[in-house]
Amino acid sequence: MKKRWMSLYVENEVGVLARVSGLFSGKCYNLRSLTVGETQDPTISRMTICVDSDDATFEQIKKQLNQFIEVIKVVDLTNVPVHMKEILYLKILTANDKERSFAYRISEVFGGKVVDMGRSGILMECLQTETKNDDLIRLVSKEFTNIEVVRGGSVAIESISISDR
Amino acid sequence: MKRKGTQAFVEVLKREGVDILFGYPGGYAIDLFDELYKQKDIEVILPRHEQGLIHAADGYARATGKVGVCLVTSGPGATNLVTGIATAQYDSVPLVCFTGQVSKHLIGNDAFQEVDIVGITRSICKYAVTVRDRKDLTRIIKEAFYIARTGKPGVVLVDIPKDIQLEMGEDDFDAAVSIRGYKPNTSVHLGQIKKAMEMLEKAKRPVFLIGGGVRLSKAEKELTKLINTVRVPVITTIMGKGSISTDHEFYVGNIGLHGSYASNMAISECDLLFSIGTRFNDRITGRISGFAPKAKIIHIDIEAASISRNIKVDVPIVSDAKLAIEAMQERAKDCYQNSWMDQIKGWEREHKIAPQNPNGLSPDKIIHEISEFYSNGIVVTDVGQHQMWTTQYLRMNPTMKLLTSGGLGTMGFGLPAAIGAKLGAPEKEVVCISGDGGMQMNIQEMATAVTCELPIVFCIFNNSYLGMVREVQHLYYDRRYSSTCLRCTRSCKKNCFDKNKECPPYSPDFIKLAESYGALGIRVMEEKDIKSAFEKALNNKKTPTIIEFTIETEELVLPIIPGGKALNEMILEC
Repeated sequence: MKKRWMSLYVENEVGVLARVSGLFSGKCYNLRSLTVGETQDPTISRMTICVDSDDATFEQIKKQLNQFIEVIKVVDLTNVPVHMKEILYLKILTANDKERSFAYRISEVFGGKVVDMGRSGILMECLQTETKNDDLIRLVSKEFTNIEVVRGGSVAIESISISDR
Repeated sequence: MKRKGTQAFVEVLKREGVDILFGYPGGYAIDLFDELYKQKDIEVILPRHEQGLIHAADGYARATGKVGVCLVTSGPGATNLVTGIATAQYDSVPLVCFTGQVSKHLIGNDAFQEVDIVGITRSICKYAVTVRDRKDLTRIIKEAFYIARTGKPGVVLVDIPKDIQLEMGEDDFDAAVSIRGYKPNTSVHLGQIKKAMEMLEKAKRPVFLIGGGVRLSKAEKELTKLINTVRVPVITTIMGKGSISTDHEFYVGNIGLHGSYASNMAISECDLLFSIGTRFNDRITGRISGFAPKAKIIHIDIEAASISRNIKVDVPIVSDAKLAIEAMQERAKDCYQNSWMDQIKGWEREHKIAPQNPNGLSPDKIIHEISEFYSNGIVVTDVGQHQMWTTQYLRMNPTMKLLTSGGLGTMGFGLPAAIGAKLGAPEKEVVCISGDGGMQMNIQEMATAVTCELPIVFCIFNNSYLGMVREVQHLYYDRRYSSTCLRCTRSCKKNCFDKNKECPPYSPDFIKLAESYGALGIRVMEEKDIKSAFEKALNNKKTPTIIEFTIETEELVLPIIPGGKALNEMILEC
């Protein structure tokens, strides 16, 4: 079992998300994250999907997705250089001044940004790789008792090819 | 020129060459039916239940190779299609199902007879869509037919809201279909074919495994020609049966759970398995780790996702069966292996499929007569023991067709499917083999067969049990016949093992039932009456005929591979 990434170009239509996510539930594939948004062509959406699977299952998932009428193209991101980020919002609820400045320091080290604050806490925004966000959450949950986490799921795009540089 | 949605609907259907439509009206389909009433090119058949309706459309499609068309209303009309959609989809039968829907502004309101049928059927059809804009109506219907019949055929559902049916609009009937996410494979990789043929030449113990794909692509002639050249033994799946004559010298038999000893042994011992158009369903593989353990495997299938899913394959070839077989023919050489053929013949002699009680009215004798009487006909089965016996005993040539629910195993399929088959191929004799259980699952369609004036012969193998399940209880559950006896009444004592003794009479009386529908009923209780029953039935040209055969209650389908066992671990006798 390994974490793998792929992108899908799909018709920007009602029901396509249900069809794609239904494949994962119906066939017991392990879906970790799925994001979707419109592309430069408003009739086409692009999904970024992360699954846990072995080689054979991953091949099968790609073939199954390719079969859907609404799926225009499947891009396997396993062995391609990509840029990939996930947005994370993290609320740290504490009235303690010392704790809040500690939270600030953490935010700096992890490349996050404090975007809001009040007397009872701060709100951190972090645009990082999924792994880095995992690390941040792990640390924060050890240091603070009262936190709130909202994650967006990753979006990915292939790097500009070497020959173009 | 502006048209109503219903007019555009009928016009596209005509242009798609639809000659028969299976329909059941209702509030949200009534306008479509009204439009169909005004024309003569499309005949509308009215079955008695939507499940029967879609199985009939399925039988029509299997018999003709054309797309079967269903039209039903919203809500219950649509949900009654569900079993039939899955049945057709699993066997790759091209169907287009139209469902009426409440008007767009009512969708989502839990309106009367509103269901999200696209959502319900999403995982069991090739494509399902609700028409949301009148301007898309014609394009969507054209695409539906294209998707249903191309690539690996399947079911497409088109849900049409009432307001779209009534809306006026402009239509372009001539626009070519182009779907950017759907480009079915239309070629074959010649490099892979060459590699496969070289492996075939080198193999010492090669076999062909032929699935339903060969019949779907109508490649029977090409296959027979190829086998005549390469002279390699051929084994079929249930769906592939009849791809090559069962009397052909290189035909061995069926593979799988109830396959022949020689076939299953040949698969287990072969060094090259050349498979075409099968998805290696668990019923044919048995325990995966014990499947063709000594073989290199070549797999040709039109669907990429079928390859290396259940069985890991050495040479994958994504292609239509006919195209691939033609390419193989060009490179074919004689690959006859004397000692291998001798070994297979030896297995054939070692164990032949036969009933445990060969005396009296045994299933093999009835099916033998069917092989004789219907050697150019269409044989339709329901699901159960009679179906397995048919696949074991029926002698077939490629002009014959065997229509059976192989993938989903849907009881109640036989009767309506036979109606569809006869409507699609009126020049062919159609016989339906059913059990007493499955026959009752869509028995209401007897009325359809009678009103459509179809001289179909319905054979009921009556053993008073849900025989297939009873067989499993017989073999593995110490004969605890839980809920499988169809004569059992509430006043029967529990735990009865006393077959045929003081049992209540069978209900219904199938002969009286036939008569009440206006059909002919014949009961056969002895071997000597089989032939005359078929003669009488075939002379009855005006109505359907039911022939009820009262067969031995505890007859088994053997051989059988117990759950979790490999092909060479079958039980031959009990």
